[in-house]
Amino acid sequence: MKKVLALTMALALVAASFAGCGKSASTATTAAAETTAAAGETAAEGVGTVKIGMSGPLTGRASAYGLAVRAGMEVAVEEINAKGGLQIEFKAEDDEADGEKAVSAYNALKDWGMQVMAGQVTTGSALAVAPESVADNMFNLTPSASAEALALTGDNIFQMCFTDPNQGASAAELVSTKYAGAKVGVIYDSSDDYSTGLYNGFKTKAAELGVEVVATTSFTADSKADLSTQVTQCQNAGADLVFLPIYYTEASQILTYASRISYAPKFFGCDGMDGILTVEGFDTSLAEGLVLMTPFDANASDEATQSFVTKFKAKMDGLVPNQFAADGYDVIYAIYDALTAANITGDESASEICDALKAQFATMSVDGLTGSGMHWDENGMISKAPAAVVVENGVYVPMA
Amino acid sequence: MKKLNRNQVKNASTYILVTAAFLILQVLSTQGKLNSTTKGFLVPACAYIVLAVSLNLLVGICGELSLGHAGFMGIGAFTGIVVTSLLAEAVPNGVLRLVMGMIAGGVLAGVVGFLIGIPVLRLRGDYLAIVTLAFGEIMKNVFGNLYLGVDETGLHATLKTEGLTLAEGGKMIISGPRGATGITKLSTFAIGFVLILFTLFVVQNLINSREGRAIKAVRDNRIAAESVGINVTAFRMKAFVVSAFLAGMAGALYAMNYGSITASKFNFNTSINILVFVVLGGMGNILGSIISATVLYILPEAMRGLQDYRMILYAVVLILVMLFTWSPKMKDIISVVTDKVRGVFRKNEKEAAFHE
Amino acid sequence: MKIIQYLINGISIGSVYAIIALGYTMVYGIAKMLNFAHGDIIMVGAYISFCVTNYLGLPVVVSILAAMAVCTALGMLIEALAYKPLRGTPSLAVLITAIGVSYFLQNAAQLIWSSSPKNYTSVVTFQPLRLAGGQLVITGEVIVTIIASIVIMVGLTWFTGKTRTGKAMRAVSEDREAAELMGISVNKTISTTFAIGSALAAIAGVLLCSTVPTLQPTTGSMPGIRAFTAAVLGGIGSIPGAMLGGILLGVIETFSKAYLSPQFSDAIVFGVLIVILLVKPAGLLGKQVQEKV
Repeated sequence: MKKVLALTMALALVAASFAGCGKSASTATTAAAETTAAAGETAAEGVGTVKIGMSGPLTGRASAYGLAVRAGMEVAVEEINAKGGLQIEFKAEDDEADGEKAVSAYNALKDWGMQVMAGQVTTGSALAVAPESVADNMFNLTPSASAEALALTGDNIFQMCFTDPNQGASAAELVSTKYAGAKVGVIYDSSDDYSTGLYNGFKTKAAELGVEVVATTSFTADSKADLSTQVTQCQNAGADLVFLPIYYTEASQILTYASRISYAPKFFGCDGMDGILTVEGFDTSLAEGLVLMTPFDANASDEATQSFVTKFKAKMDGLVPNQFAADGYDVIYAIYDALTAANITGDESASEICDALKAQFATMSVDGLTGSGMHWDENGMISKAPAAVVVENGVYVPMA
Repeated sequence: MKKLNRNQVKNASTYILVTAAFLILQVLSTQGKLNSTTKGFLVPACAYIVLAVSLNLLVGICGELSLGHAGFMGIGAFTGIVVTSLLAEAVPNGVLRLVMGMIAGGVLAGVVGFLIGIPVLRLRGDYLAIVTLAFGEIMKNVFGNLYLGVDETGLHATLKTEGLTLAEGGKMIISGPRGATGITKLSTFAIGFVLILFTLFVVQNLINSREGRAIKAVRDNRIAAESVGINVTAFRMKAFVVSAFLAGMAGALYAMNYGSITASKFNFNTSINILVFVVLGGMGNILGSIISATVLYILPEAMRGLQDYRMILYAVVLILVMLFTWSPKMKDIISVVTDKVRGVFRKNEKEAAFHE
Repeated sequence: MKIIQYLINGISIGSVYAIIALGYTMVYGIAKMLNFAHGDIIMVGAYISFCVTNYLGLPVVVSILAAMAVCTALGMLIEALAYKPLRGTPSLAVLITAIGVSYFLQNAAQLIWSSSPKNYTSVVTFQPLRLAGGQLVITGEVIVTIIASIVIMVGLTWFTGKTRTGKAMRAVSEDREAAELMGISVNKTISTTFAIGSALAAIAGVLLCSTVPTLQPTTGSMPGIRAFTAAVLGGIGSIPGAMLGGILLGVIETFSKAYLSPQFSDAIVFGVLIVILLVKPAGLLGKQVQEKV
């Protein structure tokens, strides 16, 4: 799987460099590549600038995710600007993962002259801004806001990540095929839309496929200081596979406590789990055998990933990028591909650019760090192959 | 008699100031001279002003510390959303629908305030504070797990994570942790302004009534007030319910300004923020609450240019302002300075008189 | 057996709450202020300890001492700069300043240590206790936290009851003006109180993060509010009350998660708090102060 990905990447790279467009990481394939190349040349003559804005939690409780996305986007912007042609002016605003602040951030970006929105990081913020961006006809591609309701709000809103119910369902399918007969325990965050969405998607599909769920328990953002009770509940119910549709921060607590009481079921996570190996001070041996569904692997040997990881680390003080960062990077490149393919010069209004990008996103296909041949359906939801990895000796190994 | 006059002047000047600010902003807005950021501030600022004034009634006038004001705001917000979406077809007029939603939100918040007030108002000081905090957290927890939807068979609600299965054509209004989405934005600056006027009217009348003076007496010395026959609990209850009612209305106004609202918005931090508005503006000082709510609401937004240092500087500003306005030493310095200024002023007056 | 395991889990998190609550209650009892920044001093303590062990490679004991030293200094500094100038003003003014300090510490921590979570390595190294044929597991962290909270409670009771400084603290707590007249320096006494409270916060930080390993700039805020709740539940100002309140809160939280509803555990905890306060308006062990006419 990884080889195929690396190979297509390499091929695409060669094709792109022949076409005289030195894109290093995310390349529009086949038909799109030719138009991109042509656009690159015309853009190089009269170099224009497009203003792209994003908002995410840069301070407060959820800031780890917002800062990762911002840095991932900045890496992409710097790469694009370094190679000439269409330039991008990029600005990130803090929204503290709060709907009200997100609308303020959106307004501040509009006053700055934003022409394209590279999304909100968190679902709540994205849902609050969605009607505003629909009213303004502002193109909005979110890296990580995954609620199904989001893309349905308007035809200008697109997602780079899987929607929650879809990912939950994929997880249930994987469990039923790879771990047939497993007794499943679930621990989710009932105060978080992402986690609840994954859980509901998982539950519905699991019931359909006859997966045996023996324990379901949850926590809230306020009560997560102690997760030992939830682990004990799964243990008492005899669960030999624990599904954790939660973020890596809480998951690391669960893994630590489980190892303390010598409870060793198979742990199974979703994309929010990506990042657990890079938590500073985390004993990665605790995550041995952990299965997670992530579209991105920082240890992948392909050139695109490695170049991204190097640049990201330089920017973030040695921090290894997770899928949040990679999604951010892909968002900028997807927008850039569509901008160049549509011959946008930057003089157009936000609404004009939005219409052009909508047309591009309906047909184009993108290869990036988080998947190849990614394309979007008429609702703006992404279609890419779900990938699962297993942690072996402290690194991800693609699941056979 | 003179004191009463001064009060009246003060009240009138509050109305005039608020109206002037509204007119200026409204004119600028219609002429298209306001940028998106300022326009975005207008409605939430109105909501926060009402919240601050209503909390001031409780904290400043009655002297009761409440840490759960956001809970009442939340009740009003979600009630308002439900009522306006249910009336979407019956009442096509947006303004009317919003007003109905605000009234419903206020009434429900007031009723809850009354029910909670019966047992809670027996407590005082920090114990009352912690119970109001607990109430706010309970509200947040309940709203965060509430699923409410409507279809042709009527209104359905559940607190289970599985959510609801509605009949064909049904519509979810509140979906647990995701909150309410797809809200029709009905709030306008004008309605926000009217709500502020209404709040001022209610609160100032209450303060300056016989009962209001009694409430202040209770704050300053409860035992003395009781001994001259003032029914303390009844007055506290009245203030508590009015405060909750106004917070509920503000919550509905606030909610109908956004496309989506989550329960986590109505948390401890929001309660604390409103409290900060009140304390900074001066306890019992209504105009002070209005000004400080406006300034403190805009301040973190105005500091966006500072990027990652924004919130730390906000904290520093907050501490410094508290020190400058409350510290006895600073008060001495300030009074010396103002005396001097006044002295200069008087001198000028005298000189002017002399020249005449 | 299950019920006993849940009880142990509850006592485990409860004793962490108790240690934090002891710091809260002490500062409240003497300085008469709600120090909302207490939870954030805990977070700073945990970060210092993390840095000393992970970056400097020094032993755990040194890291705990360093955390205590830094937190003590920090607590006294905050008191001198932010709280002392407001002595004698309404308690609300000090409360808001404390909230400002709390925001400041959280955001400073984010700038210094970034917001990416760190995994705190437990300071407890010995193996868990297994009882009843392995059906009951008591981790080392639980044993250490419970012992530490009892030691701190007894130590504080002895300190305030027997030592000269402790008696001065009680005098300041009872009647500030009278204490002043008796030649007790109120400023010095309150400063000492903050020093001790902050040193306790450092220990609480180390034990909190040993039990719950995730370390972030916001790590202290939620446990801080829970501990404040616990202190009020037990009767704020009362040292044994803080201990009792903490344990009780932890057990109620765990049982409501295990047997009632994990979604509504927050509501249940706060609901129980309200009911208890209605029955005993000054908390379980609090003194009902008679108002003088």
